[in-house]
Amino acid sequence: MITPQTENEVSEFLANTDKSVRIVGGGTRQGLGNYVEPEVKLSTSGLTGITLLEPAALTLVVRAGTPLVEVQEALAAENQQLPFEPMDHTSLLGTQGVSTIGGVVACNISGSRRIQTGACRDSLIGVRFVDGMGTIVKNGGRVMKNVTGYDLVKLMAGSYGTLGVMTELSFKLLPKPEASATITLHGLSDTDGIAALCRALGSPNDVNGAAHLDGKTFIRIEGFKGSIAYRSEALKSLFSELEVTVETNLNNNSKLWKSVGDVDIFAKIKTSIWRLSVKPTKGPEIVEHLHNAGIELEAQYDWGGGLVYLSVADDINIRDYLVEMQGHATLVRGNGGGAAAMPIQNKLVTEIEAGLRAKFDPREVLNKGIMG
Amino acid sequence: MEMPIPNAAVLNKKAHVVRRLSKVLPSGSVISEEHETRAYECDALTAYRCSPMIAVLPENTQQVSDILRICHEEGVPVVPRGSGTSLAGGAMPTADCVILGVAKLNDVLETDYDNRLIRVQSGRTNLSVSGAVEEDDFFYAPDPSSQLACAIAGNIAMNSGGAHCLKYGVTTNNLMGVTMVMMDGEVVEIGGSHLDSAGLDLLGLICGSEGQLGVVTEATLRILHKPVGARPILIAFDENEVAGACVADIIKAGVLPVAMEFMDRLCIETSENFAKAGYPNAEALLIIEVEGSELEIEEQLTKIITIAEKHNPVELRQSNSPEESAKIWLGRKSAFGAIGQISDYMCLDGTIPVSELPYVLRRIGEISKEYGLRVGNVFHAGDGNMHPLILFDANKPGDLELCEKMGAEILRLCVEVGGCLTGEHGVGVEKRDLMFDQYSHADIEAQLNVKDVFDPKWLLNGAKVFPLIATEDRRAA
Repeated sequence: MITPQTENEVSEFLANTDKSVRIVGGGTRQGLGNYVEPEVKLSTSGLTGITLLEPAALTLVVRAGTPLVEVQEALAAENQQLPFEPMDHTSLLGTQGVSTIGGVVACNISGSRRIQTGACRDSLIGVRFVDGMGTIVKNGGRVMKNVTGYDLVKLMAGSYGTLGVMTELSFKLLPKPEASATITLHGLSDTDGIAALCRALGSPNDVNGAAHLDGKTFIRIEGFKGSIAYRSEALKSLFSELEVTVETNLNNNSKLWKSVGDVDIFAKIKTSIWRLSVKPTKGPEIVEHLHNAGIELEAQYDWGGGLVYLSVADDINIRDYLVEMQGHATLVRGNGGGAAAMPIQNKLVTEIEAGLRAKFDPREVLNKGIMG
Repeated sequence: MEMPIPNAAVLNKKAHVVRRLSKVLPSGSVISEEHETRAYECDALTAYRCSPMIAVLPENTQQVSDILRICHEEGVPVVPRGSGTSLAGGAMPTADCVILGVAKLNDVLETDYDNRLIRVQSGRTNLSVSGAVEEDDFFYAPDPSSQLACAIAGNIAMNSGGAHCLKYGVTTNNLMGVTMVMMDGEVVEIGGSHLDSAGLDLLGLICGSEGQLGVVTEATLRILHKPVGARPILIAFDENEVAGACVADIIKAGVLPVAMEFMDRLCIETSENFAKAGYPNAEALLIIEVEGSELEIEEQLTKIITIAEKHNPVELRQSNSPEESAKIWLGRKSAFGAIGQISDYMCLDGTIPVSELPYVLRRIGEISKEYGLRVGNVFHAGDGNMHPLILFDANKPGDLELCEKMGAEILRLCVEVGGCLTGEHGVGVEKRDLMFDQYSHADIEAQLNVKDVFDPKWLLNGAKVFPLIATEDRRAA
């Protein structure tokens, strides 16, 4: 393991190595992606610290190896937060360690609030990275409106370290909410639950959490106290024919949504775990299709139905059953019937991606094979 | 404005290219007579003009594919064009190019309220996307001020913003998928009705690439339910610094208004003379709009007023009716037109960190004195996107050049304080030669490498975005 202390040291190392390199943040998301044994590991733990936090401009600039928890604490002290609510993978993947902000960006980790405030890539406004040749590159900056040149910021988010070692990241922030409410609908089937979430999301109530699991359908709103009181009533009245409960305790709500985001219901189950990203109304249709094919499974829905986590026996590759699916399936944990972890793409997209990797990392030293 | 020397070999085979294009397009869709191609000689950056060799107006993705395949085979440069409203010259032709206009691609293909999305052809105008879902109380959020005319294709090319992006984001945050034709005619589907990308975020890369990576023919866009209501408040101050401090305090208090617009004295006075909105006599004016139900609007405005009063505003005007709301917005919405009444002007588009506003305004004042040209400032205060308007006389020899030089200095100032050259208009030809002020050679090379992958022959809008000297070898190869 090598641990560069500066961006220049990262650059020097990459310029002079021909070994295959695995980039390591906090190690909590090890296991995501296809695994290829590297010759050397590069830790970002020497690249830490917040370089700029400007609450009045909703702006944060931070080095990539900084632990996520440190970032969250610093923001909380200013009553602000990262908008995209990144999940913690440790319980689902059975990993240990402390997640880094660079790891969050590399995997574009986005939680329940994604449906309202966007994914990690939407809050990321600037990036510095070192490409596979050791060249230091910056893109974007620290301002939230910026169309100067190509948006490599988005490209780097979710590139799993295959295009460069990210060294510094800038984010657009949001205020922490003063109040929140979770409206729970009881007793709905998957299909009815998702239909209810579509109704809530299609209303003017700024819903920013929409999940269905364990026979319960959860709708979250956040904001100022008066507004929460008003919108709770508005949402309840949408579902007056159902059994509805409302939780307004901030702590309880934050625990509930953390457990949804972290997919706690599958943490203890020893099966393969799949993550599907689909059109929201397709979520329950796909689950029913798999049921009808005789596959035993359990499902958790987030993003109003568009993000589906499935617990399925280890010997089944669900891609075999989802040929016509619009969207994609990732094997998060387990054997998955021997499937590749990362989604399969069409030929032209695969060619474009290979072309981009060949430009950013022509010697194929960075996280080789992790995205397929 | 320096443009590449037209390729004589391309100009010489104009008749041949016209014949080939005419075989794959309906009659009337290939425009090649000089008096007709002139209609495409410029976009909204009217200071620079050049008629294209040919203009084509395809009606579907297949025809776009045929056009690009032919141009690729013949080595003919292509400049894609939405509605031609680019302020940066993004759709400005070269003399040897084919202008590919998407204006005939204007259908709504699918509306899906359950999944909150609409799929449209890319030539559809921004406002008519909202128009297609308005009856059902939905809307498409990005709202560039040219929204009546500008096309979604251009919005995607420039990653357009608008006044409401502090809350709703810009185009890239509301774009879910595209059908795009590559320069060699291949058609690629990227994204769709799901929320995140399967592999690399190509959608994010394409959005804002100024028509250099491919021609988008269809787009899937996020739509939202309209808020119950919205109401602006007008707050005037006798110092720019105080207005800036007030904005900072509002954001720090956790209020996220849907829009926060700033105007300086020149803009206040000029728009008042023109629109008679009853604006006060002040140095700086903020228009802040909040959204929600009546109760939610009151809750947010109460917080804003409490903060504003601590900064001793010269005037704080609330609205009690839709008419009063319209009057508060009237002056701001007339500002560009009002300035246009008194003078020619150039509209800049740099972004700065919000905290630098007082310093930047002071420096702009100094630069203005130095050059002898007046500047009015309109500013999206929530997100730092400035629109300094430099007043000049287009009929006075040398004045445009002086104005451009001054504009460049202001944009360099934006970069120097930690901002950028363009917040929502794009680089185009206008800011092309300033790119090295913001980016190093390595930063630019990384971007050029991306274009190499999508368009190895550099035929697609190749004279834009990057300094010509940086792309010379690639374009010549």
